Amino acid sequence: MTLSWLFDPAHWSGTDGIPVRLLQHLRYTLVAALAATAVAVPLGLFVGHTGRGGVLVVGGSNAMRALPTLGLVTFLFLVLGSGEVSALVALTVLAVPPVLAGTYAGIQDTDAGVVDAARGMGMTGWQRLWRVELPNALPLLLGGVRNAVLQVVATTAVAAYVGLGGLGRFLLDGLRAFDYPKMVAGAVLVAALAMVLDLLLALLQRAVVPRGLRLAARGRGRGPARVVERGRTEVAADAAMREGTE
Amino acid sequence: MIEFRAVTKRFDDGTVAVDNLDLSVAAGTITVFVGPSGCGKTTSLRMVNRMVEPSSGTILVDGVDVRGVNPAQLRRGIGYVIQQAGLFPHRTVLDNVATVPLLSGWTRRRARARAAELLELVGLPAELGARYPVQLSGGQQQRVGVARALAADPPVLLMDEPFSAVDPVVREGLQDELLRLQAELDKTIVFVTHDIDEAVKVGERVAVFRQGGRLVQYAGPDELLARPADDFVSSFVGRDRGYRRLSFVDGGGIEPAEVPTTRETALATAERAPDAWTLVLDEEDRPRGWLPPRSGPAEEAPGGGVRPGGSLYTRGTPLRGALDAALSSPSGLGVVVDEDGRYAGAVSAEEVLAAIRRRRDEAGAGAGGAA
Ligand SMILES: Nc1ncnc2c1ncn2[C@@H]1O[C@H](COP(=O)(O)OP(=O)(O)OP(=O)(O)O)[C@@H](O)[C@H]1O
Ligand SMILES: [Mg+2]
Repeated sequence: MTLSWLFDPAHWSGTDGIPVRLLQHLRYTLVAALAATAVAVPLGLFVGHTGRGGVLVVGGSNAMRALPTLGLVTFLFLVLGSGEVSALVALTVLAVPPVLAGTYAGIQDTDAGVVDAARGMGMTGWQRLWRVELPNALPLLLGGVRNAVLQVVATTAVAAYVGLGGLGRFLLDGLRAFDYPKMVAGAVLVAALAMVLDLLLALLQRAVVPRGLRLAARGRGRGPARVVERGRTEVAADAAMREGTE
Repeated sequence: MIEFRAVTKRFDDGTVAVDNLDLSVAAGTITVFVGPSGCGKTTSLRMVNRMVEPSSGTILVDGVDVRGVNPAQLRRGIGYVIQQAGLFPHRTVLDNVATVPLLSGWTRRRARARAAELLELVGLPAELGARYPVQLSGGQQQRVGVARALAADPPVLLMDEPFSAVDPVVREGLQDELLRLQAELDKTIVFVTHDIDEAVKVGERVAVFRQGGRLVQYAGPDELLARPADDFVSSFVGRDRGYRRLSFVDGGGIEPAEVPTTRETALATAERAPDAWTLVLDEEDRPRGWLPPRSGPAEEAPGGGVRPGGSLYTRGTPLRGALDAALSSPSGLGVVVDEDGRYAGAVSAEEVLAAIRRRRDEAGAGAGGAA
């Protein structure tokens, strides 16, 4: 049923076709994830490096995570009015905490002895940040980005509720019209997009995380990498649940 | 030369880590800061490269007040080695060692060539350069830490418990290596440890600290063991200090005696001496073990009843080795060898003790004459 819906050529063209909806979804995701990264990474680096405002970052991130996604989207929609901008702002706001927390945790997680040695060898603050702390933070930082992307993909689907485009339309319109194949196809497409993006980011992570750190992570059974892994699965499970219920 | 002048460090919480320290570290020597945990050794060390700023007082390195030098610049000119090595996990061993030269503006090529030289200097095979720190043993990591600190050829080296995270056997190897390096490089080294054995082994001068950041004694290791300044020092240097001190008594007065010997190859036909132990030598005159006297137990152990020998005493080295050789030998006779490890005679514990007594009398006479 779902398969025949997916492969029906009629669903592959027009403004409500799969390619258009997919690209919309992708665009929202990329814009929100990039904007969030642009805000959260420098902030996380600053806070992690100077140690100033760490409590605020952790507390703030947790508080923002506790915000009901749909509530936030609706709220911003009401405040900023309808349109893509308010939706994108909402998505960005949701994507900031995982990136911020990942960046901050990555810097904090850098071995204190390593940072001390860097200082003792005469690295300036900037040199320490760029040459030691940032490379060491990369695994957790990119883990945060992956979390954020999954979150945004899922939330964008939900945001169809306030009139946003993207794959969420199939879900919502299908639900309203009792067109279950359409609804399920929407869910499948959202999940597929999430998986593909996560895979790409995993490849990116492999490419940019220094080999020495990957070797070190393999050596530690339950390193911080694991924690991120767990966090990510939780987000994915969350997203799946939301897709199912909303 | 490093000079501490009335240096005090009081942390924000009121802890006085270093209390009015006056001390000068001679150029080209290894000076050890030793004392119980929390007595301010690390704090004193870190004030030299401005990792910690003193609350009052002055620190001079080669006559220059460190406060007048930009911290990053100052630190590039001072080698720094810490306990866990603190190697950069994301960089190869070679690039770790090249860190300071690169910071000082060397080209990557030249810095790497220099790093390769240093790996060799600290006794690491060149292949290790391509590895990552996580792929090294603890002892190898410490060597890399030392190589990294030496890379820009700084005149001063600060070492904070550099060998305390490795097992005792590896630690001893690293200490020997440091002494060998120092003989070659002639750096001004400040070495922090809480292990008195390590202190007297590597230190030319030893500064003993006690809680509250006070310097209680600053002396050569021999002096420290012979004449502890007070009860604190004497209890800190420990029960075995009399024995340890033998490390500093030279063995010039030892006269090795001849003992019966036989060749390893002639064991089958060897005549065992009736009531003396026979020393077994290989083709090169190197001791292989002892054959018990005929009057003793005549067990036919594998190897023709040869008992493994004790430690060997190299002629001319400190008396501690001679006493240990005698005490650890099954025959009660310590085997004396020359610099090449060839048999040169044997010595009993009694003779070593007599040599010690002669030394003490000479020293006493010397002191009396001077008074
Ligand atoms: N940043 C700090 N803030 C407050 N107190 C400190 C700080 N650093 C060290 N101290 C205190 O100063 C004293 C000396 O510390 P230091 O690290 O110099 O001791 P140490 O001799 O190196 O000890 P250990 O052998 O355990 O390394 C200790 O009481 C310690 O708790
Ligand atoms: Mg210390």
